[in-house]
Amino acid sequence: MIADFGYGVLVVTLLVTLYSVFAAIYGESKKSAALVESARRAMLLTWPLLTLAAGILIYLLINNHFEVQFVYEVTSRSMPTYLKVTAWWGGQAGSLLFWSWLMSAFASLVTLRKWDRDREFLPWVIVVACVTLAFFLGMTIFFENPFAQLFQTVDGITPHTFQPANSILFTPQDGRGLNPLLRHPGMVIHPPMLYLGFVSFVIPYAFAMAALITGRTDDRWIRITRRWTLWAWLFLSAGLVLGSRWAYDVLGWGGFWGWDPVEIAAFMPWLTGTAFLHSVMIQEKRGMLKHWNMLLIILTYDLVIFGTFLTRSGVLSSVHAFAQSAIGPLFFGFIGLTLVTSVALIFYRWGALKSETEMTSMLSREALFLLNNLLFISILVVCFWGVIYPLISELFTGQKVTVGPPFYLRATGPLFAGLIFLMGIAPLSAWGHSTIKTIGRALWKPAIGAGIITVLLFFYYTRNLYAILGFFLIALVILVTLYEYWRGAYARQKAQGENVFVAFWNLTKRNRRRYGGYIIHLSISLMAIGILGINLFQKETQGTIGINDSIQLSGYTIKYKDVASWDNDALGVNFTRATVEIYDKDGHLLGDLHPRKDFYFDSQQPMTIPGQLASLKDEVYIILIDWQPINQASTTFKIFVNPLINWMWIGSLLFIVGIIIAAWPDEDPERVAVRAGKELKQTSAAD
Amino acid sequence: MKINKFFIGGLLILGAVVYLIVSSTASTSEYFLTINELHAKGSSIVDKNLRVAGAVIGDTVKYDPATLTLTFEVAHVSGDNAQLETEGGLAKALHQAVLDPSRERMTVVYVGPKPDLLRNEAQAIVTGHLGADGIFYADELLLKCPTKYEEAVPNQAG
Repeated sequence: MIADFGYGVLVVTLLVTLYSVFAAIYGESKKSAALVESARRAMLLTWPLLTLAAGILIYLLINNHFEVQFVYEVTSRSMPTYLKVTAWWGGQAGSLLFWSWLMSAFASLVTLRKWDRDREFLPWVIVVACVTLAFFLGMTIFFENPFAQLFQTVDGITPHTFQPANSILFTPQDGRGLNPLLRHPGMVIHPPMLYLGFVSFVIPYAFAMAALITGRTDDRWIRITRRWTLWAWLFLSAGLVLGSRWAYDVLGWGGFWGWDPVEIAAFMPWLTGTAFLHSVMIQEKRGMLKHWNMLLIILTYDLVIFGTFLTRSGVLSSVHAFAQSAIGPLFFGFIGLTLVTSVALIFYRWGALKSETEMTSMLSREALFLLNNLLFISILVVCFWGVIYPLISELFTGQKVTVGPPFYLRATGPLFAGLIFLMGIAPLSAWGHSTIKTIGRALWKPAIGAGIITVLLFFYYTRNLYAILGFFLIALVILVTLYEYWRGAYARQKAQGENVFVAFWNLTKRNRRRYGGYIIHLSISLMAIGILGINLFQKETQGTIGINDSIQLSGYTIKYKDVASWDNDALGVNFTRATVEIYDKDGHLLGDLHPRKDFYFDSQQPMTIPGQLASLKDEVYIILIDWQPINQASTTFKIFVNPLINWMWIGSLLFIVGIIIAAWPDEDPERVAVRAGKELKQTSAAD
Repeated sequence: MKINKFFIGGLLILGAVVYLIVSSTASTSEYFLTINELHAKGSSIVDKNLRVAGAVIGDTVKYDPATLTLTFEVAHVSGDNAQLETEGGLAKALHQAVLDPSRERMTVVYVGPKPDLLRNEAQAIVTGHLGADGIFYADELLLKCPTKYEEAVPNQAG
């Protein structure tokens, strides 16, 4: 009954959304401000409606309404309440509703802003946001209804939205429960973060389309959406990092990124989004690359839709394929339609998007930014090629051929190295014109520093050529960035008489975008250290040992002490927990680790939880493989030593801080100007 | 003149990227085969990079924790989505494949931790090479469990 009500709310929301699209277009064509306002209000109504629908779904999830198919599939009685709530995005139908809910929230947020200065964008932003929303709602209502219920008919038990004739409602005793692998804090917040990132990229796209349709192709749309884009980027980045951390902690293969098609699907919009963030600066400063920016935001939007589809469907073989469904053709239809329409709009406005200046110097800031964009897009092309190669090869040769991680590592490695090198020199270049001489003047000190560090690493750490090259580039970026930061602060300190820390603080505050960007560059360098470390120096071993026996790896001694196994009936889990002691080279005890294996009765599936001993130098990562329950005589462990991996996570945290600094809202200078103008008018009126 | 400079630079980058993609594809690609296709090819594909999908037969799973050697058999499942649909979806197709003794089978050997998702009627996607002995030596083992999580209809429930 209540499920039917939830479905009804979804249908009403779809009708309201469609009305909003219609009223905005019709109102705009008839120049009726009242109709456009009506469209805006209709759009504002969608969020309360979808919140109601989501509330109903959560109610059903919490209260074990297993007659609802979705509830049956993703929850079970033994799951704690918070996991039942988060099961909302644990399956395809719920994920799509979650997507719609976020979409309407963002659309509402953006329509609540002050529109005085760009009224003409409003109807088209509404149209784009609501068409996207309507597509996802339509998917939910017609194909992936989270409120479908199980009915028993003569043919068996099948899910239906409406009760079929001669059937009775069927309520299973218990649900199947969320896959144990997904019952992890990282997995609880990773999907919403990723979705927040995905959905918020729709907003800059909506403004870009509005700019193309209305012909207001100056950089107004970019200025309005700059913060949106940064927040979208923040969420998407955080989602990717959390997903990596989940894989590292839960999947137990000692790594965090497997170049799985689903990971790549989430990574692709990040690539275009990052390119977009850089190239809009060229348009703002120099009035160039306008076609290119449009193309980038369109690509990002369609890659977001593609990513949403891929992460929740089984089209490509992947460890992420927890869900499968037949909505693929519709997704591809929608992607094709929006792509063709948007690109057609670019051609329609081709003349208006002409560059205002010409690029002259190969080493100017804009040329280096363009190169950065080309590298990002090249990585995108490599990723896209890898994902679709099985489909292409099957089409042309009848033989499915796939590529795996070695392909991506080999093809993207030089491109990533190029990007890191650019991070080192681009901040030193000037807009308009730079020469080797001007860049060299700022570069030589950091370059010498990086050279010294590299030589030291060569003698004391590694002789691996790739590692040496990689560490040199990373050291260069870090030193250049710190040097630039220091130069700015030093200049301020002298000019303003501030002490160093105040100077640093004020410097960042005055130009948050620039210095937030530097922090992001620094953090990427730190992450690169971790990525190099785990890819080039990971060590692994395994062994079956008895109590008080030990295994050596990379200077560590791993001593097995104990294993215990017990059931927890309330959770429906059997825990097996080993205790091992880790000693360093000199025999000092570094700590105890507890690798675990949990067995979930409801899904009959084990879950492996590694024991991790982290330090800045490396991390000991131990997996419990097998044990003798009775005499504990022999227990098998797999052990990894992952050098430098923790720089990856430190870099990730710093990365988030950097984006927050760059994206933190400050008072809109134009509004300050407007307010000042108003006060001026008032005083003059009083005169 | 100025345009040429950027044009040549762009061409160089484009060439480099094309080279990277083509050479990497050539050196790392793996044939994705079903078990029937694998057997049809005979000895011509011994020691090539392969990726094979099949249904895990639960009774055949053996694990030697001392050497971390995992051995199991997989049964042929169609690689064609349309074919899978007519068999009633992946879950049913996997179920059928395991029950049907006339299906072609392949023995897989993998050294490493036993994956959490390895169970009867899971879909295994193994990457590695076929030995001259007809055994598949996997370097990588991916598993999907549609039976438990994405089966449309709860047949056994209630």
